[in-house]
Amino acid sequence: MTFIINGEEQDVAATTLAALLDVLEYEGEWLATAVNGELVHREDRAAFTLGERDRIEILSPMQGG
Amino acid sequence: MLSLYGTDVSSRLLLGTARYPSPAVLAEAVRTSQTEIVTVSLRREMAGGKAGGAFFEMIRGFGVQVLPNTAGCHSVSEAVLTAKMAREVFATDWIKLEVIGHHDTLQPDVFALVEAARILASEGFRVFPYTTDDLIVAERLLDAGCAVLMPWCAPIGSAMGPVNMAALRSMRANFPDVPLIVDAGIGRPSHAAAVMELGFDAVLLNTAVASALDPAAMAGAFASAIEAGRDACLAGILQPRDMAVPSTPIIGKAVFQ
Repeated sequence: MTFIINGEEQDVAATTLAALLDVLEYEGEWLATAVNGELVHREDRAAFTLGERDRIEILSPMQGG
Repeated sequence: MLSLYGTDVSSRLLLGTARYPSPAVLAEAVRTSQTEIVTVSLRREMAGGKAGGAFFEMIRGFGVQVLPNTAGCHSVSEAVLTAKMAREVFATDWIKLEVIGHHDTLQPDVFALVEAARILASEGFRVFPYTTDDLIVAERLLDAGCAVLMPWCAPIGSAMGPVNMAALRSMRANFPDVPLIVDAGIGRPSHAAAVMELGFDAVLLNTAVASALDPAAMAGAFASAIEAGRDACLAGILQPRDMAVPSTPIIGKAVFQ
């Protein structure tokens, strides 16, 4: 399916958010995810089914003021 | 002790973690500042990227309270979602709420700020709003559920120092029981001392420390200035007057003619 991942269009063979993170080799307790503007909790990623052109944000900690 | 949402802190210096020349210098600055609260942010992670993880582990190693921010957000929905994602990552209800309204001055959009604060407070967040020195906005933020206010004293990173001391003084007088933290615009330790002398509760610094020639030394200098300003405020500061007052007593002075 085609998704918009962190602002970039990408084709990924995944139907759940957890699978998508796995395919793209995202891992770590420090990641936060949102789909179409809504937070998806860590524990809900495996059950979260993705749809065509879903907008997925994957954030991690960085320096800030 | 300063109490922020029920958490007592000894240090009245909050330190940002951005713009240091290296992680090692940041770590040293955190140590010399003696801060107990550091601000952090969230950004898009690259696929397979480990940058966020390394920073996350370093921050955890500091053993201090983390205050995530919503820097870069320009709308209520962006700020609220970023706050929720920050809570997921950092496991804290604390959020430094920024909703930027102007690209050049980074002035907060205070209307969106109040709305975002209301939503976040209702969802259990402990909101630290980055605001202006406007009294009415401050009142609205308190009504929205904020129990701490963080007014700027000048634009972020400008190093101008307090450009409107009268407004800051008025803010202190109007909200005597609300923790007030000056966030943004401080350039040098004397600026920090000046706002602490006014009775502000703490100062949040980043660029002034991170961009110094020696950030660790500057962090220590700020810590001393903030403590001095606080002590001076408590000691009772002499108010200025127009005419001279002799410091040496006149009584008993010899008369030679």
